[in-house]
Amino acid sequence: MTIAQFAILGGLLFSVGVYGVLVRRNAVLVLLSVELMMTAVNINLVAFGRFYDNISGQIFSLFVIAVAAAEVGIGLAIVLLIFRNRSSANVDELDLLRW
Amino acid sequence: MVNLATLALSAGSLLATAEEEGHGVELSDGGLLAQYAWLMVVLPFVAALFITLYGKRTPRGGAWIAVGTVGFVLVYGLVLLISHWATPIAHTENINIATIGQFDIEWGVVVDGLSIMMFFVVGAIATASFTYAVSYMEGDIRETAFWASFSLFAGAMLVLVSAANILQMLVGWELVGLASYLLIGHYWEEKENSSAAMKAFLVNKVADVGLIIGVLIPALIVGSFRFHDILGAAVEGNPGLVKYGFVIGLLLFIGAMGKSAQFPFHVWLPDAMAGPTPVSALMHAATMVTAGVYLLGRMFPFYNSVAIDVLPIVMWIGGITMLIAGLLAIVQDDIKRVLAYSTVSQLGYMVAAMGAGAYTAGLFHLFTHAFFKSLLFLGAGSVIHAVHSNNMSDMGGLRKYMPTTFWTFGIGSLALAGFPLLAGFFSKDEVLASLNYASSHGTPSATFVMWIGIVTAFITAFYMARAVFLTFFGEYKGDPAHEPHESPRLMTVPLQALAVGAIVAGYFNVPGIFTPFTDWLSGREFAPGDHHAESFDIFVLVLGSLAGLIGIAIGYSFFFADGESQEARDRRFRLPGPIHTLLVNKYYIDDFYMLIVNFIKRPLANAANWLNGLIDAAVSGTGILMSVLGKFVYEGLDQRGIDASINAIGGGTGEAGGALRYIQTGKVQQYAAVLFIGVLLLAVGFFIVTSR
Amino acid sequence: MDFSLAGNWVFLVLAVVITAAAMYTVSTRNVVHAALALVTTMATAAAIVIMLGGEFVGWVIVLVYIGAVVVLFLFGIMITRAQVGKATALDHEGNVRVMAAVVAGLMFAAITYGIVELFGDAQLPEEGVVRTVDIADSMFGRFVIPFEAVSFVLLAALIGGIVLARRDEER
Repeated sequence: MTIAQFAILGGLLFSVGVYGVLVRRNAVLVLLSVELMMTAVNINLVAFGRFYDNISGQIFSLFVIAVAAAEVGIGLAIVLLIFRNRSSANVDELDLLRW
Repeated sequence: MVNLATLALSAGSLLATAEEEGHGVELSDGGLLAQYAWLMVVLPFVAALFITLYGKRTPRGGAWIAVGTVGFVLVYGLVLLISHWATPIAHTENINIATIGQFDIEWGVVVDGLSIMMFFVVGAIATASFTYAVSYMEGDIRETAFWASFSLFAGAMLVLVSAANILQMLVGWELVGLASYLLIGHYWEEKENSSAAMKAFLVNKVADVGLIIGVLIPALIVGSFRFHDILGAAVEGNPGLVKYGFVIGLLLFIGAMGKSAQFPFHVWLPDAMAGPTPVSALMHAATMVTAGVYLLGRMFPFYNSVAIDVLPIVMWIGGITMLIAGLLAIVQDDIKRVLAYSTVSQLGYMVAAMGAGAYTAGLFHLFTHAFFKSLLFLGAGSVIHAVHSNNMSDMGGLRKYMPTTFWTFGIGSLALAGFPLLAGFFSKDEVLASLNYASSHGTPSATFVMWIGIVTAFITAFYMARAVFLTFFGEYKGDPAHEPHESPRLMTVPLQALAVGAIVAGYFNVPGIFTPFTDWLSGREFAPGDHHAESFDIFVLVLGSLAGLIGIAIGYSFFFADGESQEARDRRFRLPGPIHTLLVNKYYIDDFYMLIVNFIKRPLANAANWLNGLIDAAVSGTGILMSVLGKFVYEGLDQRGIDASINAIGGGTGEAGGALRYIQTGKVQQYAAVLFIGVLLLAVGFFIVTSR
Repeated sequence: MDFSLAGNWVFLVLAVVITAAAMYTVSTRNVVHAALALVTTMATAAAIVIMLGGEFVGWVIVLVYIGAVVVLFLFGIMITRAQVGKATALDHEGNVRVMAAVVAGLMFAAITYGIVELFGDAQLPEEGVVRTVDIADSMFGRFVIPFEAVSFVLLAALIGGIVLARRDEER
């Protein structure tokens, strides 16, 4: 098994996540795509940790998971708040900062 | 020596005895009594926490809880003191909190002669002032905050006193500083009071820089924060400590100078009188300000072995402080400020005694001073309570209205003035005698300090006579509509108790006859190697007492006047103009400090001002030039041409902005897309650069 | 890839599944299906991580993502009353999709190029299982401060979530 196959798979997952972040209108789905990107990063961290025979890779993937959990919690709370105020969870309607 | 130390430290051993250097005192470990000494330290903190949380729901803001805890400290301290008197105790209890590298961070309680003496003093004075404050602070706007801070102070002071390692002492040191800050600024609505709190804090911080460095160097050399290890290494002549002994000793002393208000750090203490009077009595007279002296006492084996060259400096600083502060006390009108300067002056005595190598004499003066000075402050508070003014020019004739306050205050004043057979007489005499002793045993310059001490004794007697006569004799000059009355019993009983202390405290160390105090203090690890005369020094005794009596007599002739007006008395006592100005302005030391502060600010401000002037000139010059030129251009050039080009530029900018503003769509995902593209470009750039 | 190794076959299967699931996640018009596809993605990712020797991390992914995060997402979907079932307005219209696909594709190309350039066909070491004990030693030794920091972040997120989501009483 080569390192490249895992890393490229991670890259593919990450790119799919990028696509999702850019293309989705529903804020919940955007957050979901962000989770995909995080998972891609996790796979890469573990793969490179194995490659360099270093435990830090797995430790940091655990940190990423913890931060991702926090991010989902806060993100969904914000989405909920926006939905409550504007009766919509669509990101493209949130353009108060535009010209 | 090492055996003694290890044995005395071992918590479990029931009776650890060993030969003390020199006088062969047997030290016991004190049993359960010493092992549970931590209760004294912890309880006030518990009270502070409880009052903070539930004080508002407790009657009187939790006042009686606070009084109860310090009462416990007094009782426990007294029991410890008596059992220490019977069998000297030296015991240390250590708990490891954390280990950082080679250093153990510990919390320890040391129970030995020195700390037991301080436990008792803190407990006694705290109980008196707390009880007094129950009545004094009644109806105060922030009573809960007061009691919480006051309890915090009691706990912090006990942490400091019971510290088994130098780091813990630093913690206690800063905690008492915090409590002091909170309580000085208790009435923070007035700018002056909060500034005083800030001043006390800042001055102390400057000095604390010295202390912190002085704490770290020996710890790094010895590899431990424990007093036991540091003092042990010093006594054994650790080469590192021998090499840096002078620097360490000096740095620690700088810290002590800050807390004990020694010249030139004395400026904060008089301003600290902005706090409530019980606070002044407990913290700024009896206990907190003596922390510096206590530090010197705790480290005395260190000073006596490796930092012996620092001691003359210590002695001289003490000498200078006692004189200048004593002189300042003469011109004050605010009764609390008289006492504050007097405190600074008396602290000078203690420090000078320490510097002369007289460990016992310095701490004995601390012991007696705590009683009579807190008595004086509480008496002053009682007076202030009655006349609603701090100024002696609003008082007068009060002995008729408040007899108990009068006679207790009188005893305190006489004790402070060194009136024979009262507390101050014995301790002051011992300080002077030890200075005289030092002058013939290796420190010739101590003679000068001794003479300064005698002069100061005269000055002390004089200003105390002034204070007493202005306050209690003559005519009442305050608000005639409001007749002063004696304070409630809750305030007078502590006064009476302290008055008893001010009389008897001195008898605990009558040289050559009855010296339990000396035995208490020498009952500790590493005999401090005290220098003092074994019996009365008749020469100094007579001189010192005479100075005091003459001071009282002169004060009497100037200020005692039943029925005489204030103006008449003022006319009789008038200092020469320049000296008076100098004293009223506190030798301009505060102004000097402001000068230093401004010295940093002023050049900057000046440079900015100069630059401003330059710009001003340039602007107005350009303006004049422009108006001339403008007229010429307006008339000379075709107006329309320029107009058109200006309009074109303006319009162009507007249109460009109008076009570019569409970038700001407000759509997060477009921004994200741009972000990703940017990262991509960076990555591509990175590949190109690295592949080359 | 050397297809004589069983591990590579396993990897291939997992890679196909995870790619399909991820693509379904970002393209489906059914919100609930997207969340369920995310479950598949995460499960497969956990399998890949376990395959790489990270047993503990793999099971943490299962527990945290599938057990907690996805449930949270489902709650979010329900509360925001997104249409359960097919919805048309979930995505942007055509040209945005093309643009997003181009960006994502370029990103994938750049990543792949970089990895191939840097690592080529460097082999992973044979022995690679990390014991949970080692992770614990590392976590509570060298990384104890980051660990505490992360716990603090979680606490802040907890409080922040409550503060943000609670309904203020009518003033």
